[in-house]
Amino acid sequence: MDLGPHAAYIWSAYAVVAVTLAALIAWLISDGRRQRRLINEIEARNRR
Amino acid sequence: MQSLTQRLANPSNFMALSARLLPWCWGVSGFLILVGLSLAFFGSPADYQQGQTVKIMYIHVPAAWLAMLIYALIALSSFGLLVFRHPLADVSAKAAAPIGATFTFLALATGSLWGKPMWGTFWVWDPRLTSVLILFFLYLGLIALRSSIEEEVLAAKLTAVLSLVGIAILPVIKFSVEWNSLHQPASVMRLGAPAIHASLLRPLLVMALGVTALFVALQLKAMRNEILRRRVKALRRIAAASAADLSQQPAE
Repeated sequence: MDLGPHAAYIWSAYAVVAVTLAALIAWLISDGRRQRRLINEIEARNRR
Repeated sequence: MQSLTQRLANPSNFMALSARLLPWCWGVSGFLILVGLSLAFFGSPADYQQGQTVKIMYIHVPAAWLAMLIYALIALSSFGLLVFRHPLADVSAKAAAPIGATFTFLALATGSLWGKPMWGTFWVWDPRLTSVLILFFLYLGLIALRSSIEEEVLAAKLTAVLSLVGIAILPVIKFSVEWNSLHQPASVMRLGAPAIHASLLRPLLVMALGVTALFVALQLKAMRNEILRRRVKALRRIAAASAADLSQQPAE
């Protein structure tokens, strides 16, 4: 695919979006897992 | 009969509903973004003036739309918190702030990468660019203000007030292109027909829908995380209170 003389700017823009959104999604998923793990730990401690 | 907002006031109902909705939102957003990208790269021509750099529009414009839409959602949620004291309003406002900051950053970064080949510079202190930069700082301000106050109810109220004051930036961004701006005027959301050819408009609209669906998925996920975080805090408080009760009981 020939994106012309400004291809580097086009690819850079798409790369910035892909990396930033991937980081946001990864952060949200890991945060959700962390909160679930904390809830499980506290509930397990309370049962003891 | 309860309205949807009344039913969602119960976090358990929200967790159940969002658990069902989330996979659909991820799926729809992924599908629409894939279709939008294939239309953008294989089904749309180069612009007669901008050449292939018009491809940046397909990510820049949806990011810029969402930057403003998310701020409007935060302001609406803040209104819901301050006026109706809806339990999920603050959860929604808190969850949306980092997502809004991300999309505003993406609008600025992709706009800058589009500006260099078209305007000859990455940045210019133009009314549109400057007002979007202020929006980005407003998002950071909301996040910083909330995290600087330990008392959660006070943090929520102060952040809500700041977000309602900050909503003045949205009309400034919207109309800034008419104030001697280097940025091109609105070509889709304007009075009359869009000033953009259908072959370029089609991928743009599909990408806008896809990125909006992605935002809905991100927002639901972030709200679920926030509800879980509040549950962790509540459980810790209960555990601390029962530990204090036990320590006060006389030893037999």
